[in-house]
Amino acid sequence: MLVLRGYSRIIGILLLALGVFIIIGPFLWVALQSFKYEIEILKGSWIFPPTLFNYADVLVSRRSDFPRNVLNSFVVAAISTFFVLIVGTLAAYSLSRLTWSKWISAGFLGWTLIFNMIPPLTLVGPWYLISREIGLSGSLTAVVLTHIALHLPMTIWMMMAYFSDLPRDIEEAAMVDGCRRIDAFWRISLPLVTPGLIAAGVLAFVFSWNEFSVALNLTSRATATVPVAIARFAQQYEIQYGQMAAASVLSTIPALVLMFFGQRFVVQGLTMGAVK
Amino acid sequence: MTDFIDRHLKWFTLGPAAVLLLLLTIYPIVNLLFMSVSTIRFEQAQEVWTFTPMQNLRSLIGDEIFRIALWNTVVFAFASVIIEIVLGLALAILVASITALKGIVRTVLIVPVLMPPVAIGSMWKLMYSHDFGVFNQALTALGLSPVNWTGSTSLALISVIIVDVWHWTPFVFLILFAAVEGVPKEVIEAARVDGARNHDIAFKIVIPLLKPAIVVAMLFRTILAFKVFDQIFLLTSGGPGTSTEVVSLHLYRVFFMQNELGYGATLSFAIIAATIAFLWVGRRVGAAVGGSR
Repeated sequence: MLVLRGYSRIIGILLLALGVFIIIGPFLWVALQSFKYEIEILKGSWIFPPTLFNYADVLVSRRSDFPRNVLNSFVVAAISTFFVLIVGTLAAYSLSRLTWSKWISAGFLGWTLIFNMIPPLTLVGPWYLISREIGLSGSLTAVVLTHIALHLPMTIWMMMAYFSDLPRDIEEAAMVDGCRRIDAFWRISLPLVTPGLIAAGVLAFVFSWNEFSVALNLTSRATATVPVAIARFAQQYEIQYGQMAAASVLSTIPALVLMFFGQRFVVQGLTMGAVK
Repeated sequence: MTDFIDRHLKWFTLGPAAVLLLLLTIYPIVNLLFMSVSTIRFEQAQEVWTFTPMQNLRSLIGDEIFRIALWNTVVFAFASVIIEIVLGLALAILVASITALKGIVRTVLIVPVLMPPVAIGSMWKLMYSHDFGVFNQALTALGLSPVNWTGSTSLALISVIIVDVWHWTPFVFLILFAAVEGVPKEVIEAARVDGARNHDIAFKIVIPLLKPAIVVAMLFRTILAFKVFDQIFLLTSGGPGTSTEVVSLHLYRVFFMQNELGYGATLSFAIIAATIAFLWVGRRVGAAVGGSR
């Protein structure tokens, strides 16, 4: 790439350091607030007696729903990721390997694209009415179903990119040897797209964990997810700043953990569209 | 002799996704269609539908808040996407030029992309706070007077755009960084042998080669910017007044606060149409930027 020497190299490194600082600075500042008592937050003090009060209040106090919210989010994200991977991978395989008429494949893929573009809130209203109609109102099932639908397009497109990277000959060789098509898929193609499955799975999990607008309107108090809980800390008559900061910090942990272990796959997944 | 599953494999594989999308996206849209030509009231926990084909359309035409929200959304999308592309591009070229610390920089930069937007909203709500936020603390320390970041009509939209830039520049960086790394080394070496200097290489070789990736990043970001809801809901809830009202927020209010289902449905269609129109224009602009593609 560019050759930076002497001053320009130093300026480059300083700019980069500034960029990194701008990204992590806000996070560190908020983490700092989460260890303060309310009064210290309001005074804006930099030197203060650190306390775990906010975390205790959010996590273990009797009046807190937060552990429940975490469990709800976890259940919704895990189950919807599981199903979206199955349904999405099968569909991606079908569209990239099996012969569909142009009309059907183009129509299907076109629709997933359009659905992905429109703001989810335009469909939350009907989803709310439907879930009430069939008695799923306020249940986790309703949220899981909508999250599967929301993240299906992304999963299909990503898995299609991975399948199209596999040479067709491998499967055909297996079928010549007497393997059924479904076995060729299961035993040969699927293991080869494992990186894709991890990437799509991590992203679907994180996006489902982060999803707010659908969960806000489809959950009840008992089924609220973490983002809904954070919004509640910020929207009550008096904003609970300390608890809000603590809950925000806690809510980013799954994303950080998954990113730490699956970073390569996450980057691969996020940049897939651009490279292809 | 193939067996049953194999013969119908394509139906078994695409079937579940098709059924799911049919039930959860096509059917709700058909539902919206019926709702948009009705007035729906709640009486004793029962929905009462009255067929009033033109009324919702008339409300839409008279809805000034929707026009403001649409304008705010467009301004928000344009401003944040352009700033993010410029900053993301600069970062990508800078990181690619500096050999050390690449991994750490990349790791740090992914964090905002994966954070819950609601958490980002609440973080910035704390930082923007008039009385104890870190920005006003810094301004006071410099001897300047504190600024009402999210509480003043003139500044609120800018404050919201700043948050979006913080949130999504890293994503643009990731896409463009992958593309910068994909630029063939030989091209740059050849230019250097011919005596090209750094800025020539950046502006005359790297950036033109990145155009397809830039267009992709722009499209991705425009789509997401048009959907924005979570952060603004938490930061300003559209206020003060209507200065940060975006289409999703307006729809949320009509549908779930005022319970106007019929008009909400009409509004949904208007937003879907606006999204598609905006992206069509965006793609045209993108194609113009990207040259003949």
